[in-house]
Amino acid sequence: MVPFCEMSDEAVFKALADSSRRRLLDRLHRKNGQTLGELCQGLNMTRQAVAKHLAILRRANLVSWKREGRERLHFINPVPIGQIAERWISKFDDPRLRALSNLKKSLEEPES
Amino acid sequence: MSQSSSFVYVTFIRTTPEKLWSALTDPAQMKEYWLGSHMKTEWKKGAAWQLIYPDGRITDTGEILELDPPRRIVLRWRNEFRPELKAEGFALCAIDVEPVDKAVKLTITHSIERSPSKFIEAVSGGWPMILSNLKSLLETGQLVLADRPRPQ
Repeated sequence: MVPFCEMSDEAVFKALADSSRRRLLDRLHRKNGQTLGELCQGLNMTRQAVAKHLAILRRANLVSWKREGRERLHFINPVPIGQIAERWISKFDDPRLRALSNLKKSLEEPES
Repeated sequence: MSQSSSFVYVTFIRTTPEKLWSALTDPAQMKEYWLGSHMKTEWKKGAAWQLIYPDGRITDTGEILELDPPRRIVLRWRNEFRPELKAEGFALCAIDVEPVDKAVKLTITHSIERSPSKFIEAVSGGWPMILSNLKSLLETGQLVLADRPRPQ
């Protein structure tokens, strides 16, 4: 289980800062749901190196996975990237966010 | 594996499973983060559901296969308004809610028994935005300005 504290923008930027990891994400973007073995094919990296990069991508929540039989299939998870885009791109001009904020406020009131 | 197409989207939201469940199943809350659309259903196992676009069109339909509040929803899912997507038939969408530390892990697994799939390609573009909205809705306080009117 990935500790929640690592689910930060910091982890996302660090994970994306490496070209090998970006290449792994590119490969998953092209073909989603690959095993470690498939991801290693045609890459100039050892299986251990790919596994290590995948672990970093998983901790940053950029890669998700599911078990299928004995295999673990890896999927690109673009949700944190969407979150970062929202932080700088959509926040300023999206009137929907106002509605979201208001709804959040009303949801959270009973707890406060 | 080669016969199916799927994606697995994960987001961690600082909220409780119950609040997340409510956001996932309440039409009014859904409209806020689902780009104006909402799901119409009785939220019972075996019940039919429809995804209603803001203009009233039905975009997607299906059936609730599993319902385990506040943990898991499994939906049969078919697009209704794009013939080439509808032709691909029913997909499966599993929504899993799991507490992790002080947050909740939300996992959306969407799959269809065909590869490649135009449907999976189409829905894979929409979910990140919806999940991002949902996370903001439940979590962030930075957007709230004190002078904004409150609903209700």
